Amino acid sequence: MNKGGTVKVFVPRDTTSRSLGADDVAKAIEGMAASRGNSITLVRNGSRGLYWLEPLIEVEVDGVRYAYGPIASSDVGGLFDANFLSAGDHPFGLGPTEHIPYLAEQDRLTFSRVGIIDPLSLDDYQAHGGYEGLAKAVELECDQIVEIVTESGLRGRGGAAFPTGIKWSTVLSAEGLQKYVTCNADEGDSGTFADRMIMESDPFVLIEGMTIAGIAVGATEGYVYLRTEYPLAIQIMNDAIGIAESAGLLGENVMDSGKTFHLEVREAAGAYICGEETSMLESLEGKRGVIRYRPPLPAIKGLFGAPTIVNNVITLASVPIILARGAKFYQNYGTGRSRGTLTVQLAGNVKRGGLVEIGFGKTLRELLEDFGGGSATGKPIRAVQAGGPLGAYVHPSQFDTPLDYEAFADVGAMIGHGGLVVFDETVDMGEQARFAMEFCAIESCGKCTPCRIGAVRGVEVIDRILGGVDEPGNLVLLRELCDTMVVGSLCALGGMAPFPVLSVMNHFPEDLRARGS
Amino acid sequence: MILEIAERHASRPGPLLPLLHAIQDEMGFIPSRAVPIVAEVLNLSRAEVHGVISFYHLLRETPPGRQILYLCRAEACQAMGARDLERHAKEKLGVDFHETTSDGRYSLEPIYCLGNCACSPAIMIDDFVYGRVTPKRFDMLVKEI
Repeated sequence: MNKGGTVKVFVPRDTTSRSLGADDVAKAIEGMAASRGNSITLVRNGSRGLYWLEPLIEVEVDGVRYAYGPIASSDVGGLFDANFLSAGDHPFGLGPTEHIPYLAEQDRLTFSRVGIIDPLSLDDYQAHGGYEGLAKAVELECDQIVEIVTESGLRGRGGAAFPTGIKWSTVLSAEGLQKYVTCNADEGDSGTFADRMIMESDPFVLIEGMTIAGIAVGATEGYVYLRTEYPLAIQIMNDAIGIAESAGLLGENVMDSGKTFHLEVREAAGAYICGEETSMLESLEGKRGVIRYRPPLPAIKGLFGAPTIVNNVITLASVPIILARGAKFYQNYGTGRSRGTLTVQLAGNVKRGGLVEIGFGKTLRELLEDFGGGSATGKPIRAVQAGGPLGAYVHPSQFDTPLDYEAFADVGAMIGHGGLVVFDETVDMGEQARFAMEFCAIESCGKCTPCRIGAVRGVEVIDRILGGVDEPGNLVLLRELCDTMVVGSLCALGGMAPFPVLSVMNHFPEDLRARGS
Repeated sequence: MILEIAERHASRPGPLLPLLHAIQDEMGFIPSRAVPIVAEVLNLSRAEVHGVISFYHLLRETPPGRQILYLCRAEACQAMGARDLERHAKEKLGVDFHETTSDGRYSLEPIYCLGNCACSPAIMIDDFVYGRVTPKRFDMLVKEI
């Protein structure tokens, strides 16, 4: 026990840890400490992202944090008996948190503070390098900031992987009295939670990144378009914005630089299509989230017709460390044209699900086996859907593909937002193909015919195949329909929804045929 | 009250969505009588307002049960048994999606991703997310709450 002082105990408060009972654990620890006369300071940190170990609690002894997990409230008495406040041995003891291999083998840059700090403590944030990036940025000219971001090689982490610096430079050089920075926080892809983790566990890094973006291009207004499905993230982001405003880090005179940047959270309303950038802008304007034709690009004519940055949460949250440590530092991670780190999210039927931030270049197999530990059920992995509901199902024969944007594209797959959804051998790939079309039909904005009608027809054709009606003819028809949607749709929803379907046709054809009666 | 909410939001840029959320937060849904009021205050047509309400899955035009139970149907949850959970939930509550139990207790809604994908399947009851929801845990949650 720390002599005389109080012991710091950390119990996460992010959505996933709470979904597994972290609030009850926190309550039990406080109650038990009070009844035993132990003096503790309970910190509700964010999650480390080692989700199979949540609720993962930590105790700080002599400046080192020791982890225990997964902990249920019924385990708390035993933890006290085992003297966990002095890092005592316990069957759920994991040793020093930083030494857990899953964490130790990562390159946590964007996520450097996630799970470590109290998300709403500005002091904590600044004690861990927060606002160093903005402090640099306010000393620079606009084009110097843009140049650093360009040089870092950062590409959009939302899925499209467009070079961030080029986008910013377009907004910077565009004519306009008013410009905007918008953050696409409508993280709708199944299997992804990196944006949510940033917003719940380190909200100031997003605020700092957006502020730097605003200063870089001369935008004074920013919006975070945040999904309704993330009520806790909405609450934490709003609180954090309030704190940043009070501290002079947002508003009329950011960090006494004389520059203005206002930031506001706008709640979405459950339409997947609003993760498409032009739909998001329509939605922010208060309209139906129907996509716009491009050109003009949002960088030229975006929100309310003004030049607008549209970036994903992870992209913007990566900017502060690039400014603080320099373009070279960031660029040294990664491979080929995929520079920096990728935030992989291991999800679905995986033994060790969670967040893995690493330099680009590891193979899919290394992720699934070394980090993921195989399937949760212990059965062989049959397929992995990469890049969300519009991403291909990757077959085990392709698991040696390295995680970089180009290598994935070469095998007809995509990294997208970094989500990997694992399925074991019990998966029915015919059902998965059907769902891809069903989802597209539900979420289509309706603007273009290949998507609006094609997705509905896709479900019908797959139903006919599975129902045993003219299987060969309908398989040909399905492929033609997919081609039409891919080449004829206006945006990625209709244009990519066929990818999971085609991957099932190409790699799992045995599942896309008539079912026995 | 609707008029008061509408006027409070009218001067914001792009006011319609925050305004509709505010009405729904207050009343649980957006009643049809709100449409002409909102249209008048924002100088929009009724069709435009109705079009926005009907576009977004999470804006409601009918009153919900006392609690809304959102069940995730997306792939990461499917990989861990969401299809079985969906069948179980419908049977247990005796309703289909978009319906409310006869005692007015729960409305059952599909949702596409709560971001709890490493601990699936997930459901959300009102604003609280639950992870690793087996049919057994589902029954406990529905009873407890």
